[in-house]
Amino acid sequence: MANSDRVKVRIPAKAKKGEIIEIKAQLSHDMESGQRKDADGKSIPRRIVNKFTCTWNNEPVISADWHQAVSANPLSGFFAVASASGKIKLTWWDEAGAVFEYTHDIVVE
Amino acid sequence: MSTQAALSRRRILAAGAAGATAIALAPFASARADSMETDELARQLMGRFTAKEGKVRLKIKETAESGANEPVGVVVDSPMTPADHVKAIHILAEGNPYPVVASWYLTPRSGRAEVNFRMRLAKTQVVRAYAVTSDGTVWMDKQEVKVTLGGCGG
Repeated sequence: MANSDRVKVRIPAKAKKGEIIEIKAQLSHDMESGQRKDADGKSIPRRIVNKFTCTWNNEPVISADWHQAVSANPLSGFFAVASASGKIKLTWWDEAGAVFEYTHDIVVE
Repeated sequence: MSTQAALSRRRILAAGAAGATAIALAPFASARADSMETDELARQLMGRFTAKEGKVRLKIKETAESGANEPVGVVVDSPMTPADHVKAIHILAEGNPYPVVASWYLTPRSGRAEVNFRMRLAKTQVVRAYAVTSDGTVWMDKQEVKVTLGGCGG
């Protein structure tokens, strides 16, 4: 899958082996909580991203279960040990079935 | 678990804690019901546990500028080795319509036991951060956050 245009990341392109790098990623998504009402007073249906994962060459780095109190356009900041050159893959799932992916190539020396 | 289930349990807890005669004390009873509901949700996430203080630090402002988009971070003192690492970080907000905010699952490949994100706060309330280490110990930190403009409705 191509990189989602809804995703912005800040991840280094290069790292030393064993270095701990910071990964920041943001997904454009309303995270509609189900608590809001529209102008006519009708409830706006809930639709949130409820799962996020990060893998490094297919090995899990971190994952998360999110609920309706995670803000719109969810921003994630966390860390990873630079193990080997390859791919850092970020994936978000929303409860309506949409999947958003972003793969970042990193060189580890 | 569905939101509906959480809301209906909240009503039951609120009714049980406040009682029919304690209407004057409703705000206090409501806060206690929020706390009891959050305790129950914490048990659903982590099983039976006694949380220790220390190791985990919740980073959140004492006064939220906006309840819709408040930066929150959790840092845990951990070597993050295969033998000794943080397995999970749970953030719960006692006064939100559904108190569980997020559960993060870390691995030794995370390198550092720290997560940062942004959360919604419906009203002034206590936010809790739990960290579960690989030996099964549960650590907790909490902080009251004042909210002038709630972030769940609108």
